[in-house]
Amino acid sequence: MSATARTFAVWIACALLLLALPQVFSSRTSLTLMNITGIWVVFALAYNMLLGQAGMLSFGHAVYFGLGGYAAIHLMAAIKVHKLGIPVALLPLVGFMAGALAGAIIGWFSCRRAGTPFAMISLGVGELIAASGLMFVSVFGGEEGISADRSAGPALFGQTLGSQINVYYFIAFWAFVAALAMWLFARTPLGRLSNALRDNPDRVAFIGYNPERVRWLVFLLSGGFAGLAGTLSAVNFEIITPEKLGAHNSGVVLLMTYIGGITVFYGPIIGAILLSLMQSMLSDFTKVWQLYLGLLFIVVVMFAPRGIGGVVAHMLGVVRRGELGGRLPVWLLGMAGSMIAFVGCVLVIEMGYRLREGGKVFAPFGHVFQQTLLTNWLLAFVAIASGIALIVVAMRWQRRGSLKAAMVLKEAMP
Amino acid sequence: METIVFSALNGVLYGLLLFMLASGLTLIFSMMGVLNFAHASFYMLGAYLAFTLGASVGFWAALVLAPLLVGLLGAGVERFGLRHVHRNGHVAELLFTFGLAYLIEEVVKLVWGKNPVPYVPPALLQKPLFTLWETQYPSFKIFMMVVAIAMFVALWLLLKRTRVGLIVQASLTHPHMAGHLGHNVPLIFMSVFAVGCALAGLAGVIGGALLITDPAMALTLGPIVFVVVVVGGMGSLSGAFVASLLIGLVQTFAVAVDASLSDLLARFGIALSNRSDLGRITLAQVAPMLPFLLLVLMLIFRPRGLMGTREG
Repeated sequence: MSATARTFAVWIACALLLLALPQVFSSRTSLTLMNITGIWVVFALAYNMLLGQAGMLSFGHAVYFGLGGYAAIHLMAAIKVHKLGIPVALLPLVGFMAGALAGAIIGWFSCRRAGTPFAMISLGVGELIAASGLMFVSVFGGEEGISADRSAGPALFGQTLGSQINVYYFIAFWAFVAALAMWLFARTPLGRLSNALRDNPDRVAFIGYNPERVRWLVFLLSGGFAGLAGTLSAVNFEIITPEKLGAHNSGVVLLMTYIGGITVFYGPIIGAILLSLMQSMLSDFTKVWQLYLGLLFIVVVMFAPRGIGGVVAHMLGVVRRGELGGRLPVWLLGMAGSMIAFVGCVLVIEMGYRLREGGKVFAPFGHVFQQTLLTNWLLAFVAIASGIALIVVAMRWQRRGSLKAAMVLKEAMP
Repeated sequence: METIVFSALNGVLYGLLLFMLASGLTLIFSMMGVLNFAHASFYMLGAYLAFTLGASVGFWAALVLAPLLVGLLGAGVERFGLRHVHRNGHVAELLFTFGLAYLIEEVVKLVWGKNPVPYVPPALLQKPLFTLWETQYPSFKIFMMVVAIAMFVALWLLLKRTRVGLIVQASLTHPHMAGHLGHNVPLIFMSVFAVGCALAGLAGVIGGALLITDPAMALTLGPIVFVVVVVGGMGSLSGAFVASLLIGLVQTFAVAVDASLSDLLARFGIALSNRSDLGRITLAQVAPMLPFLLLVLMLIFRPRGLMGTREG
């Protein structure tokens, strides 16, 4: 099968999967979760157009998400009041345009620089817009935000967005279209240029392109797709608040994109799915799930800078080249070490939480870990230390080529 | 007159608190070329550690011990975290400190809880120092000013007038050359990072008692400290000093004046209904936004800041 046919098949499979998912997971909770995941997938992919493809780190991308959502919700309210003949299902186009317009205006001054100054400007602009969100009550609705009715307006193909399953298909359709559009964009000359800009801006300038202009165009498009995601959110929740413009949202999208992996296209999708799952499920198990999220992020930044997607791509490459046999022992050792260290961390965190808050004793799989017992703490720290030791051995094994060399404590001089 | 004097005093006070944070941040920036997102988190840790230590050994011992502990922690972060991430470039470093800030906030919530802790200055410093227009001015505020100014002078002397400062400065601008001359540059980097964090911790010991000690304190002050460093010029100590005072004064006066936009425009003969959104906005409301406006404008028109020597 040629490469083109294979990618084509992957996209078709994704579309079929999206169609089939609600048949398998048909409960209200799972539909809600899938809708939220779809929104985050689009937002994270849009964010990765900047961070992964063009190398621009933004700390304020929620601005375009929120502005797109506000544009949609105002129109949605207008559809109801003025009986406009616009189907709500087409609103993502409006959100895209609003996000792109905001990106064009703000990008006009913020895209003159890359790197740290760009990141700082995005932070400043994000704070400015988030603060004005609370100030201009007639536009942003103040603290309680603006709400609208998604079932208003004419039906498209005989369907309105009243029921949750219709909202699922609406989000799935637009998420698919947006993902496909962003994937295709990465293959246009502009998309390739943005990669070149990330790797070597000077050379891009030398061969006659204007780096500022390329950055601006990518920024504008990324803002547009973020606005589209914002619209999906506005339709799904039927409300949007100034909070959506703020630093928290910008931070979450950064976390999920990076954890998922910024070097491969499907990385942000993995991250969005993982974080959405964590947000809805892990919070049932533990009150401190955000601490786990922070730990995960730090671990990814330090040990897997290409994210989960990068690790997956690396493993697939190894399997394809038939080198799995040689690598497997190292990987298994590393994974065993990570698991042991992780279990130790969980023990420390959960017992620590209960030490202050009290509550039910931490008892995974029926074994009770009394938080006041010193031996339990010792056990946890021993687990962390031995896990880290195993990881270090695995890393040295990988670097030095054999287990025997890895056991030598002293670092070999190059 | 009364308002002006008090606003000026409070503005200088707030500015000095900002400077205590910004000085460490700007040092670290000029060393590694990366803005430490977790800097305000070290400030928060300083406050919390001082609260816990202060309960057992008293405020004055905590004033010394807490910054030392925070400095040690900073050294550990540099040695075992940042140094590894450094290989992957500036974006990875920025992200690492971003994640660290997130992590520290969560750990603080885990250890000390989500609610503010009752951390107050010692009784000795709670007494009023002098009375102006029947309003008493607490001596703790003056104590803070003295500490901040002493810190500025000591840092400035250390960097500009001693041999250690000379080596540090050389390592900042020409790390390879300093290394070839036989200085242990990684050690210098680690020490500068530790000292920067310790200064943030010291600011926390004082700022926590002055303002409030809760898990959100890093998030409220952190972005403003960035603004100070960028506006003052990255890596410039005196720039940070000037910018801190500027932002402290601007914010305090904006709150104190408390006029709305329609009042302002009315002076120029432009009528704007004070019922509309735009007319209702008061200067006090805009005050928290002013630093960020300044940041964006500064980055657009003068990216090297007030006293900086290099861009970005």
